Amino acid sequence: MPGILRIAYKLLINDRAKYAALLVGITFAVFLMIEMTSLFSGILSRSSATVINIGASIWVMDPAIQTVANSIPLPSFMLDEVRSIPGVKYAVPLYSGSALLKLHDGTYQAANVIGLDDTSLFGRPELINGKIEDIFAENAFIAVQDSEFYKLHNPKIGDEFELNEHRGVFVGLAHVASSGLFGIPTLYTTYNRSLQYIPNTRFTITYLLVEPKTPEDVAAIKKAVTADGYLALTHDEFIAKITDFYTYHTGIGTNMMIMTLISFIIGLSISGQTFYTFILENIEKFGALKAIGAKSRELVMMILFQASFVALTGYGIGVGLCSGMIWMARLYLPDYAAIITPMNLSVAFIMVVLIAVLSSYVGVRKVLKIEPFDIFRG
Amino acid sequence: MAKAAIQAVGINKSFGQGQAMTKAVQNVTFTANFGEMLYVVGPSGSGKTTMLSMISGILRPDSGTVKLLDTDIWSLSSDDLADFRLHKIGFVFQDYHLFPRLTTAENVAIPLILQKRDWDEAIAEAKKDLEIVGLKGRADMPPVSLSGGEQQRVAIARAIISRPDILILDEPTASLDGDTGRNIVSFVRTKILTDKSCIVIITHDSRIYEFADRIVKMEDGKVTDADMENLNAQ
Repeated sequence: MPGILRIAYKLLINDRAKYAALLVGITFAVFLMIEMTSLFSGILSRSSATVINIGASIWVMDPAIQTVANSIPLPSFMLDEVRSIPGVKYAVPLYSGSALLKLHDGTYQAANVIGLDDTSLFGRPELINGKIEDIFAENAFIAVQDSEFYKLHNPKIGDEFELNEHRGVFVGLAHVASSGLFGIPTLYTTYNRSLQYIPNTRFTITYLLVEPKTPEDVAAIKKAVTADGYLALTHDEFIAKITDFYTYHTGIGTNMMIMTLISFIIGLSISGQTFYTFILENIEKFGALKAIGAKSRELVMMILFQASFVALTGYGIGVGLCSGMIWMARLYLPDYAAIITPMNLSVAFIMVVLIAVLSSYVGVRKVLKIEPFDIFRG
Repeated sequence: MAKAAIQAVGINKSFGQGQAMTKAVQNVTFTANFGEMLYVVGPSGSGKTTMLSMISGILRPDSGTVKLLDTDIWSLSSDDLADFRLHKIGFVFQDYHLFPRLTTAENVAIPLILQKRDWDEAIAEAKKDLEIVGLKGRADMPPVSLSGGEQQRVAIARAIISRPDILILDEPTASLDGDTGRNIVSFVRTKILTDKSCIVIITHDSRIYEFADRIVKMEDGKVTDADMENLNAQ
């Protein structure tokens, strides 16, 4: 480390009270920013759980659909219509809806039921217990063993339940990439059984899942579906549409953004104020350094180094604390929907850099303004 | 004939504009030689500090030239001037301006660190200079734990560590009691001043006039060679 930066480091570290105040301010801000954005990421990820877990390349739906949860059924002819579009390798129906289960102890539990195409079982989950072919057995359902699984009273294979006075049997336990947003368990069965067990409207296909022959066929398929008055979205587009809905049309995104901004302002206020006081206390010494022969850019480097050092240390501690808290929370609250993504970390990092830049800006201005003559003049 | 370390010719400096203009230094011509300990004395507001700042490359004069070690310092770029001060001039400020969060040795080592010398080497040199100024064993202490006289010695050690040709002390005895002040100046006179260096001291303190080779008096921004006997009698 160059000597001048080592001096800056020692000036910072040895002023323990201010160093602690700076660290607390930045750590707190980072903690809040990452916590807020992680919660939001968790909510967004869960809101697209069905899309992520099924994994189809193209989803055909009613244009009025805003999220995967509020489905508007498609007429049956659309299945044949889509299958007839050049470029479609295959297309299968998917049922997705809610149902109320009566568990073996007589209690009721809402669940999300996914009905997979009977022929292909396209979008089936990864089984961790049982065999996939058992889904064709009488009354067969596969339960997803996720954070909501305990709400089914942790059933084993062979355990029974009732759904609209139909007998249901758990024939397998599965694992999926993402749990749903609404805190209810998920069951998989066949498309036809889901229609048979759950009361339906005239149209029954919730989504059509389409696989194009080649990636180049996607545009033509989307165009053809649009011509029929429906909407075809790729996997990523559908997730983006859902994300967009939760971000801009529910208030969740706005609230999270406000909270993140408040965290930023808190961090900036604490660290800005403390750093300014720190510079003010040393301003005459910086002037003396100038008189001795330090160049302005060296003094600016010292201040930027101090601000960056505090910011990065606070960032590291904040990320560590937030990760630890999310880990702890998940131990006791399986539903806890917070995910730290590279995007969250980047957003927090950018904001911390901004805090460091803004905090040091005033200090840099002060140091550039101080004239060695002022030191002599007292 | 003694060689001049500092040559200021016809320097002027004013502050403010119009009716509020104050002529702080007026047409001052001034020389300080190697091997000389020169005092600049005068009442408050006489322009001592302004002149000192101009001859040490800190405040640009409105007109006139300042040559230090035969270099016209105000023709240098700001970076070159900063380097010149760093290598050729040592400053002892009235309030010392020591960093309270650094150790005494680290404070003393600052000029060498600014010269980009190795940290450990700079600290080792600083410890040697602390011994020279009689502060052996204080190297790892913070300056705030030292007495006023000791802090003044630390400031002197910092000023001399890069072995400057010119040493400038601003009111070095202002915060010290009489004996300590005299000891400090006596120490500077006997231990720091050499034939290859020049020391300029700004002071009000008549108790230390006896250590001067020459005293320059300033009044109303003008400089006059003072009558030593008169001043000593004051």
